[in-house]
Amino acid sequence: MSDAAAAPAHTPGTLTPHPFPAHCLEVDSLVLERGERLLFNGLTFCLDAGELLQVAGRNGAGKTSLLRVLCGLTRPMDGDMTWDGVPVRRLDDGPGGHLAYLGHHNALKDELSAEENIQSQCRLHGCPQTPEAVFSMLDELGLGGHADLPVKLLSQGQKRRVALARLLLLRRPLWILDEPFAALDVQVIEVLRQALEAHLAARGMIILTTHQVVPVRGPQRTLTLGDGA
Amino acid sequence: MAQPRVQWFKFSSPPNFYDLSGRLIPWFGGLAVVLFITGLYTGFVVAPPDYQQGDSYRIMFIHVPAAWMSMFLYVLMAVYAAIGLIWRVKTAEVMAKAIAPTGALFTFLALWSGALWGKPTWGAYWVWDARLTSELILLFLYLGYMALHGAIEDRQRAANASAVLALAGVVNVPIIYFSVKWWNTLHQGASITVTSSPTMETVMLTALLLMTFACWMYSIAVVLWRARLELLERERRTKWVLERMGGKA
Amino acid sequence: MMALLRALLALLQRDLLLAVRRRQDALVVLGFFVVVVSLFPLGVGPDPQLLRSMAPGVLWVSALLATMLSLERLFADDFRDGSLEQLLLTPQPLPLLVLMKILAHWLVTGLPLVLISPLLGMQLNLDGAEIVVLMTALLLGTPILSLVGAIGAGLTLGLRGGGVLISLLILPLYVPALIMGSGAVDAVMYGSSPEAHLSLLAALLIFTLLLAPWAIAAALRIMLD
Repeated sequence: MSDAAAAPAHTPGTLTPHPFPAHCLEVDSLVLERGERLLFNGLTFCLDAGELLQVAGRNGAGKTSLLRVLCGLTRPMDGDMTWDGVPVRRLDDGPGGHLAYLGHHNALKDELSAEENIQSQCRLHGCPQTPEAVFSMLDELGLGGHADLPVKLLSQGQKRRVALARLLLLRRPLWILDEPFAALDVQVIEVLRQALEAHLAARGMIILTTHQVVPVRGPQRTLTLGDGA
Repeated sequence: MAQPRVQWFKFSSPPNFYDLSGRLIPWFGGLAVVLFITGLYTGFVVAPPDYQQGDSYRIMFIHVPAAWMSMFLYVLMAVYAAIGLIWRVKTAEVMAKAIAPTGALFTFLALWSGALWGKPTWGAYWVWDARLTSELILLFLYLGYMALHGAIEDRQRAANASAVLALAGVVNVPIIYFSVKWWNTLHQGASITVTSSPTMETVMLTALLLMTFACWMYSIAVVLWRARLELLERERRTKWVLERMGGKA
Repeated sequence: MMALLRALLALLQRDLLLAVRRRQDALVVLGFFVVVVSLFPLGVGPDPQLLRSMAPGVLWVSALLATMLSLERLFADDFRDGSLEQLLLTPQPLPLLVLMKILAHWLVTGLPLVLISPLLGMQLNLDGAEIVVLMTALLLGTPILSLVGAIGAGLTLGLRGGGVLISLLILPLYVPALIMGSGAVDAVMYGSSPEAHLSLLAALLIFTLLLAPWAIAAALRIMLD
């Protein structure tokens, strides 16, 4: 738990968290083939504290696949990934201990309430939360009245916000977000935008895919995946 | 991750494997034919009838090698699968997949010949004899492996997933074998099995060995042939395949 | 260490809570077990002696099929809603997480089968001693069924017709448990000691407990790759 332990625990007023120590992610000559198609070959980049990397490319160019490789879910055919100079596979907390991933799915259990969902996942990720912390986070994301309802009664946008609350509470320095703005109403986009900016301001790092222009201030880079990029 | 390949693996690189196996297949195939003919001739013409079982024992010359092959091949398949899974050697993955149908064929042959032998000996085509029952379960294991391989579209994932299944199976095979044997002795007592010929004359033994070698040669030839085709298909976009296929697009 | 323990308990608690909120799932499995066992007398006739001699096999095969039926959803729900990906990203060792999920699964589907088996045993004319052995054997055997079955559940994640495929993959691997489990009841029935069967079953349980979680973890990693 080196990373999460080094970061101060969550306090209310979360959209402006305490800063993380400076980390860096280095990716060197990554190769991935999917169903006999070469998605990328020799992909190299590095990401420093407080930076945002947008992964662009047409549909099917391998954006989601790249994110899953960066999470350690998909094994690349070749290449190295290091976090603060340590190969990702050899990190104490496993390949996913330093990051929080928000994929297409919200990873919520319909039968559990928002609070129960977040509690169990935070404990699973090794950073348990007090109920107050969870409730205040949900409050801040505008879900105050819904924290005790089974998630299946929430709207799509509200579910996304619960997932976002989990993302914020995990306090991981690296966020990997797959189409985080998709199917969100304007209000939630604004909440998300603020959260992203606050994360970058706190020396967090973000890698995301999106079809929209990212309305976030701060240093940004774009990585375009194309044919055999 | 990008470690220098050990020299040994050079042999297993797809183009080398393709070229070498192409040269070897005719030899193994030819040997298989010769051995089959001499083996069958020795077993069915030269060898004398058994004093207890008459001519029906001759089915042993097919049954026993088939049963041996079915078990050997399963273990071999699991070994290749493990190599493919752990060291990510493509040729090994392809070999594991190529062995399965041949293994299943021999298992089926063992069952079928066992049933044919059972009729004159036990008076019934199917008896819940320990060996036959184990063979039946082995056939299910082969079928499960092939079904899983076929059900997963992504080739890499199919190879990895069925490798896990093959390993789970190979760990279980001895347990299954002994539990079935134990079950059998508890329920109906030991019965004569196909292999327990009390006296084995030299001619019979020769025939049996010839047939066993024939089965090996046949298996090697067929498995290499199947692995070769599979490799071509898996690598059809690569340079070495395009070169060998006459450079079309 | 504490964080690991807390994480494992959190998973167990979550899965049990889910099972309570979706209790119908567990009840369906139990119902299936009862119905299948009750159908046998209708198929083979009500002769008490015949039913008695068939009882161990009938009960075990039915338990096996009921477990099979419940396995399809073991990882499938988590797979569909993305929880499984999140599980793989936690800092906890996957084999242990998998073991917790199976424990939860066994508590809600395996254990009820064990608890209701005396009733079904009586229906098939088993006497007191035989029922005690039956329950012991099921208690040792149903975790094996869950563990081995979970390998199949992992390997068929996200495949079309996964449910039928699981049966083909896993039923052959159930043979040892079936033989030892029903053999134990047979043994008391014919007046010998069931000890050998039960110890072998216990040994098999330990063996499975040590190996299966690794295979399942590998299967999940592969299918999510």
